[in-house]
Amino acid sequence: MIQILKHRFLTTFLLLCCFTITTLASEDTTTKEKIDINEVIFSHIADSYDWHMWDITDEQGVSHPVSMPLPIILINTSPFSIDVFLSSEFHHGHSPVTKKEHTYVIYNNKIYYANNQEGELTFNEQGIIQNAQPIDISITKNVFTLFVAALLMIWLFTACARAYKRNPGQAPKGLQGFMEPLILFIKEDIAIANIGEKKHAKFLPYLLTVFFFIWFLNIIGLIPFFPGGANVTGNISVTLVLSLFTLFITNMYANKSYWRHIFAMPGMPVWLLPIMAVVELIGIITKPFALTIRLFANITAGHIIVLSLVSLIFIFQSLSISPVSVFFVLFMDVLELFVATLQAYIFTMLSALFIGMAVTEQEH
Amino acid sequence: MDLITPGFGLVFWTTVIFLILLLVLKKVAWKPIVGAIDSRNKSIADALKLAETTRAEMAQLQADNETIIQEARKERDTLLKEARDLKEQIIAQAQQEAKSEAEKITQQALQSIENEKLNAIEELRGKVAEISIEIAEKILAQELSDKKASEKFINQSIQNLKLN
Repeated sequence: MIQILKHRFLTTFLLLCCFTITTLASEDTTTKEKIDINEVIFSHIADSYDWHMWDITDEQGVSHPVSMPLPIILINTSPFSIDVFLSSEFHHGHSPVTKKEHTYVIYNNKIYYANNQEGELTFNEQGIIQNAQPIDISITKNVFTLFVAALLMIWLFTACARAYKRNPGQAPKGLQGFMEPLILFIKEDIAIANIGEKKHAKFLPYLLTVFFFIWFLNIIGLIPFFPGGANVTGNISVTLVLSLFTLFITNMYANKSYWRHIFAMPGMPVWLLPIMAVVELIGIITKPFALTIRLFANITAGHIIVLSLVSLIFIFQSLSISPVSVFFVLFMDVLELFVATLQAYIFTMLSALFIGMAVTEQEH
Repeated sequence: MDLITPGFGLVFWTTVIFLILLLVLKKVAWKPIVGAIDSRNKSIADALKLAETTRAEMAQLQADNETIIQEARKERDTLLKEARDLKEQIIAQAQQEAKSEAEKITQQALQSIENEKLNAIEELRGKVAEISIEIAEKILAQELSDKKASEKFINQSIQNLKLN
């Protein structure tokens, strides 16, 4: 994927220099290798154990990926043991790794126990893998990006907090001046508007954190080179965890009136109540489910569209398509920048709405 | 299908990282930032309120000043009027006194003149008597024989004196 993005910059550059040269150059391409666009796109939006930077081609014409290895952490349950090693030991998934009594092998971007030290795996008649998996808490590309985003946020916001401490009662400036309207927007137009003046303070830290976390991750995902480009908020695990936080907070702080509306909706015939309770209980789950899917689908779709547009160059096997491709990618990137903010806002807004519905006294 | 299947590792790390981030940011960032913004908003609101009350106080003060000046002016006018009245009264009194004093002095002067005049008359009367006696002596000495002529002469002299 980085390779493609490199081409993207190359094409932009060439475009700027001279358009005719790019069309001529496309004619004498000697190595017209077929690229599996589908695989490239899906390997980008999926998580991975190492951080692919670029490919180099040696004298024999064989291309080798250059990537940053990331730590693999595997937990074996019987007997309990933890294996920690760098993903470079897998040689980009080509070779198995043996640690003490276990041999690990990467298949379809997942780590399995191999049958033997040669890394053999067992498949059934349908070609489905039969091998067991260790508990895998490796620092993958997405986990690494999560750490980067978290550290970036801690650094930026402590700097902000220091600025407030340094100039108490002064007008904000610089970074502080950039963040303050956003913080105030979340405080006043999201937290207070949905939860109410009295109870909003308890939930404000969560809403602020979730907004900036999603926003930062979305934007980091749009940066096409290291340490950006990881499709973190387009990964269902991440969006699931974030929406589960909203689910827990909503139901943990929910008041009597919220539960009464679920189990004993006022003004309902008694025989309808069991059905209503089931519907309402499903409602509890569908709210965070919608949050999960919305964020995941929006960000993943954005990444897929950008990658597909870049891939047009490789599908047509011609650089002359690059102006079109670059134009549309530029358009999509700008749109994605907007979507990055919008989705962070929607997630925070809906979280605040759900919390607000659970903690404020409802009047009918 | 892998795309929509949550992976345990990422779920685990997302939970851990998000929880830590939430707690750290809550402590080091959100509390101080929101607190600072709130206290700044409060201080601005207080300052505005103070400015408003100060303005009202200023207006009140100005109104008070106006009243005080008005009162002072009135008092000055009263004082001036009183002073003028007093002056006139004093002058009138002084004139009165001077007049009565002058009258008194004139009265006294007239009195003393009268007295002097009476004294002088009395004295003159004595002198006249003395002179008369002297004259009588001289006449007696000169014309003792001629008695009738002498008396005539004496009477004539006295009458002459009285007319004086």
